[in-house]
Amino acid sequence: MASIAGFQAVARFGLGARAGEIEEASAAPDDWVLAQLQDGAWPSALSGMPSGQSLAEDLLKAFNRGAQAVQENLKGAARQQYIDEIGARTKAQVESQAPFKERLVAFWSNHFTVSIAKPALIGLAGAFEREAIRPHVTGRFVDMLLAVLRHPAMLLYLDNAQSIGPGSRAGELRNRGLNENLGREVLELHTLGVDGGYRQEDVQAFARMLTGWSIGGKRGGTPGAFHFYPQLHEPGAKTLLGRQYPEGGEAEVEQAAADLALHPATARHLALKLARHFIADEPPADIVGRLADRYLETGGALGAMAAFIAREPDAWHMPLTKVKTPNELMVSTLRVLGRTPDPKAIIASLKSLGQIPFDAPSPAGWPDRAEDWVGPEAVLRRADFAMAVAQRLPANLQPRQLLDVALGPAASDVTRQAVERAPAPADGFALVLAAPEFQRR
Amino acid sequence: MKRDRSSPIPRRRLLGLATGLAGLAAVAPVRLAFANAPTERRFVLVILRGALDGLAAVPPYADPDYANLRGALAFGTPGEQAGVLDLDGRFGLNPALAPLLPLWQARELAILHAVATPYRERSHFDGQNLLENGTSKPNGAPDGWLNRALAVIGASDRRLGLVVGETAPLVLEGSVPVASWEPAGLLPEASPDFLTQLAAIYRADPLLGPALATGIDSQRLSDEIMSAGPSAAPNDTSAGANNNMKLRAADLLAPAAEGAGKLLADPRGPRIAVLEAGGWDTHANQGLMTGRLATALAGLANGMVALKHGLGPAWSETVVAVVTEFGRTAAPNGTGGTDHGTATVAMLAGGRVAGGRIVTTWPGLATARLYQGRDLAPTMDLRAPLKAVLASQLEIDAPTLARVVFPDSPSIEPLDGVIRS
Repeated sequence: MASIAGFQAVARFGLGARAGEIEEASAAPDDWVLAQLQDGAWPSALSGMPSGQSLAEDLLKAFNRGAQAVQENLKGAARQQYIDEIGARTKAQVESQAPFKERLVAFWSNHFTVSIAKPALIGLAGAFEREAIRPHVTGRFVDMLLAVLRHPAMLLYLDNAQSIGPGSRAGELRNRGLNENLGREVLELHTLGVDGGYRQEDVQAFARMLTGWSIGGKRGGTPGAFHFYPQLHEPGAKTLLGRQYPEGGEAEVEQAAADLALHPATARHLALKLARHFIADEPPADIVGRLADRYLETGGALGAMAAFIAREPDAWHMPLTKVKTPNELMVSTLRVLGRTPDPKAIIASLKSLGQIPFDAPSPAGWPDRAEDWVGPEAVLRRADFAMAVAQRLPANLQPRQLLDVALGPAASDVTRQAVERAPAPADGFALVLAAPEFQRR
Repeated sequence: MKRDRSSPIPRRRLLGLATGLAGLAAVAPVRLAFANAPTERRFVLVILRGALDGLAAVPPYADPDYANLRGALAFGTPGEQAGVLDLDGRFGLNPALAPLLPLWQARELAILHAVATPYRERSHFDGQNLLENGTSKPNGAPDGWLNRALAVIGASDRRLGLVVGETAPLVLEGSVPVASWEPAGLLPEASPDFLTQLAAIYRADPLLGPALATGIDSQRLSDEIMSAGPSAAPNDTSAGANNNMKLRAADLLAPAAEGAGKLLADPRGPRIAVLEAGGWDTHANQGLMTGRLATALAGLANGMVALKHGLGPAWSETVVAVVTEFGRTAAPNGTGGTDHGTATVAMLAGGRVAGGRIVTTWPGLATARLYQGRDLAPTMDLRAPLKAVLASQLEIDAPTLARVVFPDSPSIEPLDGVIRS
């Protein structure tokens, strides 16, 4: 029997119901969610994709040939790679038997945003999510952080690839120097949070530690892969958050990352964001505090954090507090219909809905509150989307059937009546997909 | 690729950023929002997100430390190679801002230099939050100063609020309702009949219900205004000359600004507009005569000219304020760019502006005069000129400005002499 808790399991923790999924989850909703954390399967849709290293190597080769070659790469092979990535990623999300895990991938991918708003990233953003984020969503935060800092996509996105220690050999020779962009955003956005108690000196210290963290090429390493260049690294001890780190080359960032990962401000920052994502726009302070404690107790274990959220009674009590992002809306629509269209159509629709994949407006990523996604115009676009999908549905399907698959016992009487009374099947389908119970999670 | 200049701007295509133009990677961050107010005066706030380098936009070329400090990013003196366009013998205009010279000569452009909000850290997100919330700290208020200003003068007619884009920017968020209107949807529009059915099931939803009701209203109004008549495009070369590069904020500003001007000019249209554009965070390869910043500045200048064109005779009743969250380091960084800094420039333009001058208490560029030894030091609080603008355009008195609009700011007087009496 389908239950409300079963609906919540698939809507709040998953990506919306596939046919029969509400019934499946209703037997033991929290177990249905928690079991997914043990699912180690790599989505078949993502197999056979090229590595970030090879994609970055292609881009660097183009850079070496000049601006024309870069444009050719970005408009040609890299753009096609982006389209392929969106197709594969959407297929993985639509077909997933572990949608809670897919949600975690999307959450952490957004936490460590790389955005194609910087055009050079267009071919690399998907590889970044596959390589730096996905393997670590139930692992340790510090491992994800270091994988992020070593990924060519992040090194390019926040300019660290070209940052040079002013006192390094190369810095003295070439009169080039420090770029503090990545150092700042790691402290502000990825770890401590803007109120995490760091100062400008800390930003500069971490940026100095990061000098030399770049991408292999003509001067060393494997082309396109992470490479540490000792000759670019700022020599000497650095002081971060009051702790002195002796000169240690590449190991400095590893040590600092381990300390940053287990800093109480980081625990609070991550706990607030995760609770906001799954529970409510303004999650109860008590839950955030206990979630942060759990994170610190487990040495920064992200799987333990995810399990804590799924076991938290309040996460099940609150009725549909969150509004789906456009991507969540798209994926849940495709799951209920059981189909994955052409990636270009997916991207076009997401553009209209206001969330082009991997195109977050800043390194802070996409916002995560209802007010950021629900404006009068945004609601009209969502209605347009519902109708555009509805008009393509087969005539042998009844709006009532779609309602049962998508919402089951969670459909309100008002919604059910409106769907029953719709003047045409397309209106009925569109009402299901635009209904508040389907727009929220 | 160019917009047909004789046809009316189609529904939802105010920005002219028709989907055919924008590559997948290339949806540039230009957004527009509107609000109504019971006045015939117009106010346009232009927010440059990402931190504009004020020393590049309006170089203090005569400062004895300028050339050395800026190094490869230093412009020459007027008439030299890579020389600035002289303004007053001390400051010059970045050559990419040349389209603004006629405004300067007509005394309709005032430049404020070494200006900053009260924010002294270097986070974009906090800096923009504070710029828009109007207090002296990030998250110091849940609403924006422009919305509070509208509340003060009793502007509450929700039918005429319009936000072009997904949601309103913080500066317009608050108790006075604003609505939104986004151009260039790729999807066919749902029929009015369907929206009526949907409104019935949204009625009980506290968020979706009001949003849909307002969306239906403002779509009706904006469709009506925008289909009212054709307008020739100004500066066709600047907005459309972009043949093979990606579509950038710089290219979208002019069509967006012209559309905004038309709406503001209409007797039934809004009176307030907020135009946001990104592309200013020039950490690397900022460039001099060409490059990222020159492109962005040219887009800004063309946008201002297009706005004036769109406004037509209403320009004489208008003030445009151009602001950014903070400036950039005075010296170039190690990668041919500049990092997050402190003071920068702001601009006021329009028929109501007493322009043709640079208002500044110049702090100098000697190392000892720089803020924390690295940034242009702030000598003017940005709230001073903004107060002068609100006093003129919305007729809000100084005590209310100091208490409600920009809370706890009695020590910041409205800046004298930048508005025509």
